[in-house]
Amino acid sequence: MSVLPTALLPTLIRRERASLAATLLAPPVALAVATILNLGLYILMGRDPVAVVHAMLLEPFLSWASFSEVLLKTGPLLLIAQGLAIGFRAKVFNIGAEGQFILGAIFASAIPVWFPQATGQWIWPVMLLLGAIGGALWASITAFWRVRLNANEILVSLMLSLVAAQLLNYLLLGPWKDPNGFNFPQSVMFQYDAMVPMLISGTRVNVSLLLTLALSMAAWVFMQKSFIGYKLQVGGLAPRAAGYAGFNEGWAIWLSLLIGGFAAGLAGAAEVAGPLGQLQRSISTGYGYAAIIVAYLGGLHPIGIVFSALFMSVIYIGGDNAMVSANLPIAAVRVFQGSLLLAYLIAATFVRYRLEWRRTAYGSRP
Amino acid sequence: MNAIEFILSGMLAAATPFLLAALGELVVERAGVLNLGVEGLMAFGAVLAFIIVYHGGGHLLGFLVAGLGGAVLSLIFAFVALGFRANQVATGLAIGILGQGLSALFGKSYESLTVKGVPKFAFPWLSEIPVVGGLFIQDVVAWLSLAVTLAIWATFAYTKVGLVVRAVGENPKAAHAIGYSVILVRILAIAFGGAMAGFAGAYASVIYTPLWADGMIAGRGWIAIALVVFGTWLTGRIFLGACLFGAVSLTGLAAQATGLDVPSPLLSSLPYLVTIIVLGIISADRRLLKLNGVASLGEPFER
Repeated sequence: MSVLPTALLPTLIRRERASLAATLLAPPVALAVATILNLGLYILMGRDPVAVVHAMLLEPFLSWASFSEVLLKTGPLLLIAQGLAIGFRAKVFNIGAEGQFILGAIFASAIPVWFPQATGQWIWPVMLLLGAIGGALWASITAFWRVRLNANEILVSLMLSLVAAQLLNYLLLGPWKDPNGFNFPQSVMFQYDAMVPMLISGTRVNVSLLLTLALSMAAWVFMQKSFIGYKLQVGGLAPRAAGYAGFNEGWAIWLSLLIGGFAAGLAGAAEVAGPLGQLQRSISTGYGYAAIIVAYLGGLHPIGIVFSALFMSVIYIGGDNAMVSANLPIAAVRVFQGSLLLAYLIAATFVRYRLEWRRTAYGSRP
Repeated sequence: MNAIEFILSGMLAAATPFLLAALGELVVERAGVLNLGVEGLMAFGAVLAFIIVYHGGGHLLGFLVAGLGGAVLSLIFAFVALGFRANQVATGLAIGILGQGLSALFGKSYESLTVKGVPKFAFPWLSEIPVVGGLFIQDVVAWLSLAVTLAIWATFAYTKVGLVVRAVGENPKAAHAIGYSVILVRILAIAFGGAMAGFAGAYASVIYTPLWADGMIAGRGWIAIALVVFGTWLTGRIFLGACLFGAVSLTGLAAQATGLDVPSPLLSSLPYLVTIIVLGIISADRRLLKLNGVASLGEPFER
């Protein structure tokens, strides 16, 4: 059985230490490979590849109006991905950010829905805070299930996302439906004070982008400079060593999930109190899932994630452009996202491994 | 027809997509690999089968193409996760996103279209028993998936192939040392799992609810992965779990039919809630998971 054509293939040999060059090259290489593969797909679909590239990768940068939309979409992706990356480095796979985002949006909407007449500058900050708490609470269910009941956090967090989507449906079809909304599944429009103030006039970019950047800084300090962040990383890289050092695994899981939920909830709140101005069914266009890709593409590093979030946002806006100008179905964005992550995972292998052909490899098979 | 008869007669058909996908994932996990892309593999199989059947290719060809498509897509998973030792969780998620994207892309011009299902076969005598008779009137694929369940159980219990797959999952180094190619066994297991997920998707889109809608798999691939845990990696228990979820997904319809005034989003989330609760109950018994779990699950194999 061992006599296979694999004998002709190169073998992966573990490097003595991680390669910095490969770390930095992996994202751009993955990007290039995914772009070429997807262009091939578009050509097969009979689309003009030049038009698609123009619409997807260039147009978002060509006007201030469209670039500001890129910045607007970067916010939630960046925020969620920063939170998730902390967990992923601790090997806590919270893939339910979508649900935590939705809960954040719901919690934040409670104020304008229940108190539509309320005024005052305190409203939007309280909404953001409530949203973050909502996201963290939703994530804490997963943490409890994982720590106390030993349940797999991937499955529980994902299931909770599907439940969250139904909860949103329930609210919008029932108690929170706008009575004057022509039966559309959406809440009332929020009052002025329930909206996050604008940052750049003439665009939809608001103050939450600054908050997101500040939290990215905080994530960098937390992961790279603090002892708690260090403990989390050791727990992820060498769980046994962490155990001997007395780092509590359950505590790491709670912290990872609460941070992830907090960030995703905040993002959800900023979305309803920002560009949307009401609770709708389509509050998230898969941000919670796309942020997983953003986190990996950024090498799970707070600074890398800033760039990958910006890029992913370009793909979203560019995908919308390409739908209009090059008649490309919006599902193409998801295909691109999936293939991008796959390409990145292959490229990232070379951070820890190098290729060697069998003849020169030591310990070759008999 | 009362609610119980309704659930009994529809349970097996509702369970079949769960069952096929979960059995496929069982084989993959038994070989030590965690493929979280089942949802995407099912969606991909579902759209392929739907397109074939819609254009008159017939259900048999539809299923074959769906199985082939699922296998091919899962081989991309194998290429990345085994060939490059990438993180299996991330790779599985990527395959899931890719599969769902491809299904939406291919299915775009088929949205809300319908096809004809397949006829049901009734067991003589048994199908005439009151109340439980409906259990014995099923379509051919539902009957076949029972046969597949038995076959997989027997393979793991009695055959060398089953033993090799388990050895590769429990102790890959030992399996390698006695001359088995761990990677090859895992590739074959992954391809089998992909094909089963493709069949499961096909069943969902051309037999169970013969219509195409983006997102129609609706978490069933994830529940299938959870079912493998519920069943503690045992074929028989996975079958029972699939039946339970078949029944749960019908309970909503039954409740509405009896005029019970429950909001439909609550009913839609019932399978997910049950998954969460059962996952908590089963996993809390750490000994049970340790006893039947797969030792090398999710870890890349390095000599």
